Amino acid sequence: MFGKRLFPGGIHPHEGANGKAVNSGNAIEDVPAPKRVTIPLSQHIGAPAKPVVNKGDHVLVGQVIAEAGGFVSAPVHASVSGRVVEIATAPMPSGLHVPAIVIDNDFKDEWVELHPAPHPETLDAAGMQKIIREAGIVGMGGATFPTSVKVTPGKDKTIEKLLINGAECEPYLTADHRLMLEKPAEIIDGIHLLMLAFGVSEAVIGVENNKPDAIAALQDACRGTDGIRVQPLPVRYPQGGEKQLIYAITRRVVPSGGLPIDVGCVVLNVGTVFAIDEAVRLGKPLVQRVTTVGGEVNNPRNFRVRIGTPVICLLEACGGLKSNVIKLISGGPMMGMTIQDIEVPITKGSSGILALGPESAEPEESACIRCGRCMRACPMSLPPVRMDQYVRAERYDDAVEVGLMNCIECGACTYVCPAKRLLTQSFRMGKRMVNVRRQEAKAKAEANAKAVEAEKAREAGKEG
Amino acid sequence: MQKNLIITTSPHLRDRATTASIMRDVCIALAPAGIAGIVFFGARAAVLIALSVITCVLAEFLYQKLTGQKVTVGDWSAVVTGLLLAYNMPTTVPWWMAVVGGVIAILLVKQLFGGIGSNFMNPALTARAVLFVSWGGVMGAYPITRFMEDTASGATPLALLAAKETVGDVQLWDLFIGNCAGVIGETCKAALLLGGIYLLVRKVIDWRIPCGMIGIVFICYLIYGGFNLALKEILSGALMLGAIFMATDYATSPQTNLGRIIMGVGCGLIVFVIRAFANYPEGTSFAILFMNVMTPLIDRYTVPKYFGEVKKNG
Repeated sequence: MFGKRLFPGGIHPHEGANGKAVNSGNAIEDVPAPKRVTIPLSQHIGAPAKPVVNKGDHVLVGQVIAEAGGFVSAPVHASVSGRVVEIATAPMPSGLHVPAIVIDNDFKDEWVELHPAPHPETLDAAGMQKIIREAGIVGMGGATFPTSVKVTPGKDKTIEKLLINGAECEPYLTADHRLMLEKPAEIIDGIHLLMLAFGVSEAVIGVENNKPDAIAALQDACRGTDGIRVQPLPVRYPQGGEKQLIYAITRRVVPSGGLPIDVGCVVLNVGTVFAIDEAVRLGKPLVQRVTTVGGEVNNPRNFRVRIGTPVICLLEACGGLKSNVIKLISGGPMMGMTIQDIEVPITKGSSGILALGPESAEPEESACIRCGRCMRACPMSLPPVRMDQYVRAERYDDAVEVGLMNCIECGACTYVCPAKRLLTQSFRMGKRMVNVRRQEAKAKAEANAKAVEAEKAREAGKEG
Repeated sequence: MQKNLIITTSPHLRDRATTASIMRDVCIALAPAGIAGIVFFGARAAVLIALSVITCVLAEFLYQKLTGQKVTVGDWSAVVTGLLLAYNMPTTVPWWMAVVGGVIAILLVKQLFGGIGSNFMNPALTARAVLFVSWGGVMGAYPITRFMEDTASGATPLALLAAKETVGDVQLWDLFIGNCAGVIGETCKAALLLGGIYLLVRKVIDWRIPCGMIGIVFICYLIYGGFNLALKEILSGALMLGAIFMATDYATSPQTNLGRIIMGVGCGLIVFVIRAFANYPEGTSFAILFMNVMTPLIDRYTVPKYFGEVKKNG
């Protein structure tokens, strides 16, 4: 239907200095653990974790310092050994301050006793879910949805296919690329263990074909393992979008408002699978991750970073920022968030820290010329022009009617717009407004229902 | 290391194409046809083009200044309108007609409806239509080129093609290079096609409208009068100029892929009907203007299903 593109729409965003071409050649390096780490309790979608340590406690690397605050949540572990200085708030890239545990590093790097799974090949679904949950693993591509929840399908749903996202379609980011090159055996092993635990017979790793070395490395590593294959994909942003990846590999379309499991799929990032493998084989919880530092820095790198390391430590390890930097971003340039404070800590979802120059300044908006480029770029086949008109006119019902809530906020329409209109920004706000109104309507309906009940009770009381 | 970092929301990258770069590309694509017009019809063509462009830019500038709006003449769109307006005039019109046309195009058709992107009919074409119905005598009299023999009648190729006995008088090569009677910018098909290819390569326009429009005229004439006539018809009149440069105007043509095919086919069918059956040799302008008015309707009914859209109540 969409020919070689494999999903509708899409774009080829350009990169500035120190993009993928440069940074994909830089092997993953350990960045020294900092003197002090600030570990946020909300590094995932869902309820924040609840602290289980107190100020002054001595903690070891890998020790649980906060437990999951609900089903959709994840525990948090110490990433250095040392003393808990305080339980305070930390700035996040979103600009919000969230509760965090601050630990002073004693530089002894003492780990808790690790408990590798004794028989990884015989783990059942529940056993695997428990390990993933206890290791604090969340979606490491940046979405940070708790992985244990993702691999717990509802009663009447089964996982038919495991899709592994190695597309890394955001410009500049090379962390997944390096991981696939350097740890292919571990990634394949992780996939294999997941397949055994969940009784899945087919797993496909989707990798954009601008990473032929990673494709080759994974193909070598999965030789001899039944049911796992590598699917090279055309280079097209947002190939790594969950719905786009599922369609490209399986030709299944996730229904609007639905989840991948509705079409029998679970999508996990290669980084997530690597973390699962370490959790099962070594008993290691998620205390570090690979993060790309690129763009306008002097020496772009791919770092293995302890969670909670301030961004400034990474920038210093890269030889500092160039003088033309105007913006720092956590994540990729298409969907990432700007960082206001260089003390922001690296979290489980930090796929990259990018420094961008003057070309990343917000251009001035001008009138829509109706060129239709946004419609062609939209990977969800939505009509951005009309959605924008409706949102700006506060006609939210009309905006929802033409598909507003299906927007994945990939930024493709805004990227191509020659009039430089703030489309994604408009949709983000529109979606928020719709959700607020829906909640208000729900609250109102509930209040009404309660009032009716109360009235009935009173009537009943009268009669009685 | 703390710097003054700016805070914005994603995406943080933008394509280099801007409204101005797109309109500049259209001007570049229009250049060969203009040069050909000057070569075939002489210096008067150059003066008319200049007058029309200056009027359009000045009208936009003054209107925006006087109404306290942001001046947007830097986006090159008024230049495009000026060029297209001049290209639709014969060199024999009086000077003032270019000025009147420019003012109508920019003020009446474009700015009064909200400026760039908001007008519902093509400004240059509408101005041309107003001039044509007001001063049909001069606007409808097409001069011969400097390379045609004086004895040749000033009849346009379309007039010749309309009568069976004169179809043979029209030479394909003359039509292709532009050595035939007509308005400034329509005669040299080679130059127009060159510009069209440039716009397609630069992804400024999409193939659907021009190919649909020219294709359907060709097919209709193939059935109606055979291959020879069909080929001559698509190389005659303002069809190429209109299909490549005017029916593709963003503001007045559909945005959806299916909508664009409907636009092209619709324009082509109307051109065929006017040319073949109406008492009027040329129909490009009116065909495009008619479809301009249909555009909002076409856009409304051709919105594609979004990815994952589930049938309602299904």
